[in-house]
Amino acid sequence: MTAPREQTTEPVPEPVPLPVPADEPCSPDAPVPPRPPGQGQAPVVAAVAAGGAIGASARYGAGLLWPTATGAFPWTTLTVNVVGCAVIGVLMVLITETWSVHRLVRPFFGTGVLGGFTTFSTYAVDVQQLVQHGHARTALAYLASTLLAALFAVWLAAAATRALMAGRAR
Amino acid sequence: MNWLLVVAGAVVGAPLRYLTDRAVQARHDTVFPWGTFAVNVFGCLVLGVLTGAVSYGAASHSVQLLVGTGLCGALTTYSTFSYETLRLTGDGARFLAAANVVASVAAGLGAAFLGAALAQAVWA
Repeated sequence: MTAPREQTTEPVPEPVPLPVPADEPCSPDAPVPPRPPGQGQAPVVAAVAAGGAIGASARYGAGLLWPTATGAFPWTTLTVNVVGCAVIGVLMVLITETWSVHRLVRPFFGTGVLGGFTTFSTYAVDVQQLVQHGHARTALAYLASTLLAALFAVWLAAAATRALMAGRAR
Repeated sequence: MNWLLVVAGAVVGAPLRYLTDRAVQARHDTVFPWGTFAVNVFGCLVLGVLTGAVSYGAASHSVQLLVGTGLCGALTTYSTFSYETLRLTGDGARFLAAANVVASVAAGLGAAFLGAALAQAVWA
């Protein structure tokens, strides 16, 4: 993948000199520093709430379109969670490493939309319900596959986005 | 109407996660994502109780949409959990990344089972 390049005496210009803030967020939910100083968190909280409403509605819609029967493998919740993880992998690379975006973009999309779309509570309670209704094997398969697919999705999406952006900047 | 219930729950749940995360991370000088861990486990407990309450006829479908699909769904997150785990592996904190996965899943499941048991004790 990495083609050898001609060595030059000129320093290779860095593709994107980013105005990376000193406290680069390590989490989509990391607090947003108020600007101007003294301004409250109200705009951030409003952005998170609006995003959360959109994300949760999309998840509810997915559940209506593809309902899961009692005792069946919860494919819809698994898909929602894995898709949300892939999107956050792309988003966080773009907004922390590539683009300089408005300070409300991360709270709106990362914390709000994707946080509202994906769910940990339904995942855990789905497992509990499957066990309670005697589907322990399905529960275990769902438990493990969601976890592995979600972690793989966020890793793959972040790596692919990083590679794509590095390729474009060259 | 059902959509409005989900939206009403989510506009409370999502900011509650953000504000909880802020409060928790401000008190703990650590790279371990305690904030996300806390909201996820708490959300599992609430949804466990609620799901039990619905199955015993103690809570309506509307409450399930408002508190379950909306509030708990938006309060808890799989995307932030996964991203923070990936960040920990990238930062060289592989032990913390593994600990985050094991602790979140174990505590989340424990909370869901505890919630179901509480609901059974109260409403069954």
